[in-house]
Amino acid sequence: MSALTLDRVRGGDWTRWLRDNGVYVAVVGLVLFNAVATSNFMTVDNFRTQLIQASPVVVVALGMALVIGTEGVDLSVGAVMALAAALVPLYLGYGLAGAVAVVLVGGLLAGLINGSLVAFVGVQPIVATLALFVGGRGLALVLADGQLKSVSDPTLINLGSGSLFGLPYIVLSAVVVSILVGFLVRRTTFGRQLVAVGGNRRASELSGLPVRRTLLATYVLCSLLAALAGLLATARLRASDPSSIGLLYELFAITAVVVGGTPLSGGKVRVLGTIAGALLMQLIDATLIKHNISDSWSQMAQAVIILAAVYVQLGRRGSGS
Amino acid sequence: MAGSSVAVAAGSAPSRRREDIAAAVQRHGALAVLVLLVVVFSFVFPSFGTVTNLTNILVDQSFLAIVALGMTFVIISGGIDLSVGSVFALGGVVAAWGSQHGLLVALGAPLLLCGAIGLLNGLLVARAGMAPFIVTLASLLGARGLLLALSNEGETTYRVPADGLFHDLGADLLGVNLSVWVAVVLYVVLGVVLTRTGFGQGVFAVGGSEDAASLMGLRVARIKISVYVLSGLLAGLAGALNAAWVYSGVTILGTGMELDAIAAVVIGGTLLVGGAGSVLGTAAGVLLLGVIQNLINQVGSLNSSIQAVVSGAFLIVVVVLQTLLSRTRRL
Repeated sequence: MSALTLDRVRGGDWTRWLRDNGVYVAVVGLVLFNAVATSNFMTVDNFRTQLIQASPVVVVALGMALVIGTEGVDLSVGAVMALAAALVPLYLGYGLAGAVAVVLVGGLLAGLINGSLVAFVGVQPIVATLALFVGGRGLALVLADGQLKSVSDPTLINLGSGSLFGLPYIVLSAVVVSILVGFLVRRTTFGRQLVAVGGNRRASELSGLPVRRTLLATYVLCSLLAALAGLLATARLRASDPSSIGLLYELFAITAVVVGGTPLSGGKVRVLGTIAGALLMQLIDATLIKHNISDSWSQMAQAVIILAAVYVQLGRRGSGS
Repeated sequence: MAGSSVAVAAGSAPSRRREDIAAAVQRHGALAVLVLLVVVFSFVFPSFGTVTNLTNILVDQSFLAIVALGMTFVIISGGIDLSVGSVFALGGVVAAWGSQHGLLVALGAPLLLCGAIGLLNGLLVARAGMAPFIVTLASLLGARGLLLALSNEGETTYRVPADGLFHDLGADLLGVNLSVWVAVVLYVVLGVVLTRTGFGQGVFAVGGSEDAASLMGLRVARIKISVYVLSGLLAGLAGALNAAWVYSGVTILGTGMELDAIAAVVIGGTLLVGGAGSVLGTAAGVLLLGVIQNLINQVGSLNSSIQAVVSGAFLIVVVVLQTLLSRTRRL
């Protein structure tokens, strides 16, 4: 503890700069490292693959960033992804539109449950989202009858592997979501209210902001984005696999957000940082895979990197809890 | 600590009585539902109430019970431990590996390793001030990686030698598996520790209000570290006992076990925000989940994942109840 305080005093501006921009430095550094050390890294194909794999995490992480901005957290995003994946084959008979519609309805319901528990009942966000974290994947497995179902609908497969002007649809979706979330946070009243509620809920209440409605809307948005990510993952996999889709995504999303410079204590949402955080997670994963590090060591390395990154971000505003 | 002493706040007699009833529901609700279910199911399903079936439930749930016991301490202290499922599996693999070198290694190695993971969790939460759910989610990932590294990427399943003493730990004692007796002894001992010792009161105090506990002169960091170590140790022990029961270290066990453990603890009436709860409630919660799972299996046509859905639904009800309850108390 004392070492940390000392470090903070001595480091001053420099450490703060590192906390704000470290994620970009790390992304650039990792790309440079791979450019030198990894064969076939600097190819268009490889970048396309990396972006496709990072896209679902980006989408989930942006929703998570909004929730964390309100001083909350959503542990249920991985389960909601699984739920969306389970819903897709049930309504794929109506084509892609049917699948999208049912997935969004599923996300909406999940978000309403989380959001009303937080906003109206007043349950702590971790506790409120725990119920879906526990039951969501189980519900998905019940809906899918515990089975992996391959998907043959051509429009959905096209969403997963097609591209527009060389940009895969999946990446395009993530870009559109990023722009929308960025616009929402910076340019709309809702974005201002969200940050205000996260910064000081009591003050927001006293100044007449619709605190409860803002919270509810934020959790609904987060679940909608998680459901969308579940659809994208299903399209890429060409199969609905509720037992594996979205597994540990809550960890990756929270890490991407925190590494990207959004404090867990709320009151701030960094969209670009979150995207960079998600890309960083993907790059770390890819680097470990491309250097033939086995699954076991790669998981341990990721755990250590996550802990270290979250620790470094901590100094911003006292403890992270 | 909280519970009835807080309920004596100002208020008219009828509202106080209503609070008392609500508090009783929260504390003993799981036990009441458990008893009710067992009685009803025994009449409805002839195969449910048999000694064999009830014994099976006890043995099946004994491992989760030990894990949930550690989780109870962590949650009462205001934290959460999401790593227990991985640690449970790791404990089993290490125990099965160690059983080739005798009983001491078979029990010592998993306890040492899993205790160390708990210590790491505790240090990061208490000393570095990191959020418990992030720390333990990361160690969920790390422990799973370590397990894969020790088992040749999950391909090696260590078997427990049939002539070793560790093999005997999987045997029955007085008609039920030894793990049930271990669980019973642990619940009694740790139940006493929680309610009758300074350490136990410290756990309640830290969960109730960390600042107040700190001002009272309690060693908050040390208490928090202890509960995570305890949780790691118990998860490792449960894993080891499970390895003795199935005679091998199964690498794919324990996925999602943390969620069952949390569900059991919360259904048992322990507040997820910390500061109140009981070991007996957790035992009732664990058995309740076991009875529901057993019923799902009895019916046969139901998907086994329904249990998770039921847990989730239970959680929502309990959490809403708890929140409304604590709100009426504060008024």
